[in-house]
Amino acid sequence: MAHPTTTLPQEAASLSQPPSKMDIIFNKSFRSLTYAFTWAMVLLLAAIVIKIGIKAIPAIERHGLAFLTTTTWDVNSQHFGILPEIWGTLYSSLLALILGGFFGITIAIFLTQDFLPHRVEVVLKSIIELLAAIPSVVYGLWGIFVLIPLIRPLADFLHTHLGWLPWFSTSLSGPGMFPAALVLSIMILPTIAAISQDAFRAIPHKTKEAAFGMGTTRWEAILKVMLPAASGGIFGALVLGLGRALGETMALAMLVGNSNQISLSVFAPANTLASLLALNFPEAAEYEVSVLMYAACILLLITLLVNIAGTAIIAMTGSGAKK
Amino acid sequence: MLMKSTQREEKAATQTNDTPAEVVLDCHAEQIFYGDFLAVRDSKVPIQKNKITGFIGPSGCGKSTVLKSINRMNDLVRTFRFEGKVQFHGIDIYDKKVDPVSVRRNIGMVFQQPNPFSMSIYENVAFGLRLNRFRGNMDEKVEKALRGAALWDEVKNKLKNNGLSLSGGQQQRLCIARAIATEPQVLLMDEPCSALDPIATRQVEELMIQLKQRFTVAIVTHNMQQAQRVADQTAFFAVDISQGGRTGYLVEMGPTSELFNNPKEQLTKDYLHGEFS
Ligand SMILES: Nc1ncnc2c1ncn2[C@@H]1O[C@H](COP(=O)(O)OP(=O)(O)O)[C@@H](O)[C@H]1O
Ligand SMILES: [Mg+2]
Repeated sequence: MAHPTTTLPQEAASLSQPPSKMDIIFNKSFRSLTYAFTWAMVLLLAAIVIKIGIKAIPAIERHGLAFLTTTTWDVNSQHFGILPEIWGTLYSSLLALILGGFFGITIAIFLTQDFLPHRVEVVLKSIIELLAAIPSVVYGLWGIFVLIPLIRPLADFLHTHLGWLPWFSTSLSGPGMFPAALVLSIMILPTIAAISQDAFRAIPHKTKEAAFGMGTTRWEAILKVMLPAASGGIFGALVLGLGRALGETMALAMLVGNSNQISLSVFAPANTLASLLALNFPEAAEYEVSVLMYAACILLLITLLVNIAGTAIIAMTGSGAKK
Repeated sequence: MLMKSTQREEKAATQTNDTPAEVVLDCHAEQIFYGDFLAVRDSKVPIQKNKITGFIGPSGCGKSTVLKSINRMNDLVRTFRFEGKVQFHGIDIYDKKVDPVSVRRNIGMVFQQPNPFSMSIYENVAFGLRLNRFRGNMDEKVEKALRGAALWDEVKNKLKNNGLSLSGGQQQRLCIARAIATEPQVLLMDEPCSALDPIATRQVEELMIQLKQRFTVAIVTHNMQQAQRVADQTAFFAVDISQGGRTGYLVEMGPTSELFNNPKEQLTKDYLHGEFS
């Protein structure tokens, strides 16, 4: 009996040794390092914003708000206005959001509401997530060589038969708003589908049970209970998808037509802020760089606002769901 | 086994002091499977009109499984398979021609965890009515259901508030209101008080006793005292581990006082003895 009582304190002592100097140093330096990296990220973001802002100052001083409301972009006469690009950015993004949102939410419902065996769900989910891994230049090429020829018959049909509608008032000449928005919608689809799926999966099982217990059909359960319950997350998904669409550059530069005009017609060529920047920077003279920086500030502002709104909505509904 | 239980029923019917009750739901579960797993066998549970039927037994003996088979809630579980019959007004609800949705609209359910929808109190109660395209006076129906669930006085001034903002006991009564708003004939309750504190539990129990005037109630409970307080008939389930599985089955069923004071099966005696000692 005496044996364990004499050995126990020793063992206990070895278990309760204070951390060594090395441990303490390691701990402290590790913590400082993570702090440093975290702040470096914040500083980097701030530096980018400040640098762009400073470079934009000459243009902001000279053009003021007229920059946002005029429509000519003429380097020779030094007339700069980005209204068509703002319009094109918002219009293409909204069209993409409508298409991508519709299909993204439909896919999320399809993959979470027991329509498919679980294994098929997982496979399809990964395939859709793979869409996000395709480089946007590949989307651009695909759009030019596959999508535009593919939609031409549809576009011609809509223009000849429904041409009196403002959206179909011109014929598709090649690159334009519609192919651009279509590709954009495929690009934002994975984001919307993934976050919407999370929103559906976060609904507690008991909510679904309650719906079926009340005698809903499957579709009534989805439309009247599940969709409203997931609406917060879905809304956040749409906002994040919109944020991605607003900033997308390469595919749009290749597909949108880069034409400085404002048209409701989805078949007309247009332009967006991101592709304006991408296409004009290589040949920009010093003052034009400042003008482009001003345009970049506007784009940054739009995407920033959209992303903040999206994150806030997701955070709000996330904490609401826990309750 | 089957013979014995029918005899017992007849005896039970003659022994209850009030008029012999009509059986609205005659549940006869021969075998209930989840995949290959035989969860319940040979259980015959007749549920009498305007009575409260209690299901008791150790955890895992299939009380919920049997209860959820009665309104085809278990159809949500993919691997679920039911063999037997559940006669409801002379129709077998497992008949291929029967739509499970309409079964659930006639046989309401209240769950273990209060599960109001994330919508207003009013809309929660109106949910089933809207589902059934009710065209009459909605306000009146909602009030009636909330009164029926003994919740009206507490919520009448905040019908627009979200149902989830209520306390647990209130949420459970809201779920009861939601279930009775469409006036189903039978109300199934799966341990409706297990998430509630003792005061809320008593309120729900009193409510059940009121409800049986208008509805037929079947309730699963793990609480023997609760079964004795509310149930007219009690069904005792146990787990049979003799064949290596863990299959639940009905040991005996009868009027509550008889089952508790004078059980016929040794197993029931042992279980009750264990619970009360
Ligand atoms: N959805 C399910 N899938 C597979 N097995 C289940 C499922 N639900 C219950 N079971 C099993 O069926 C048996 C009975 O469960 P249950 O009816 O919930 O018992 P009780 O309600 O009496 O505690 C248990 O062994 C349980 O593990
Ligand atoms: Mg249970």
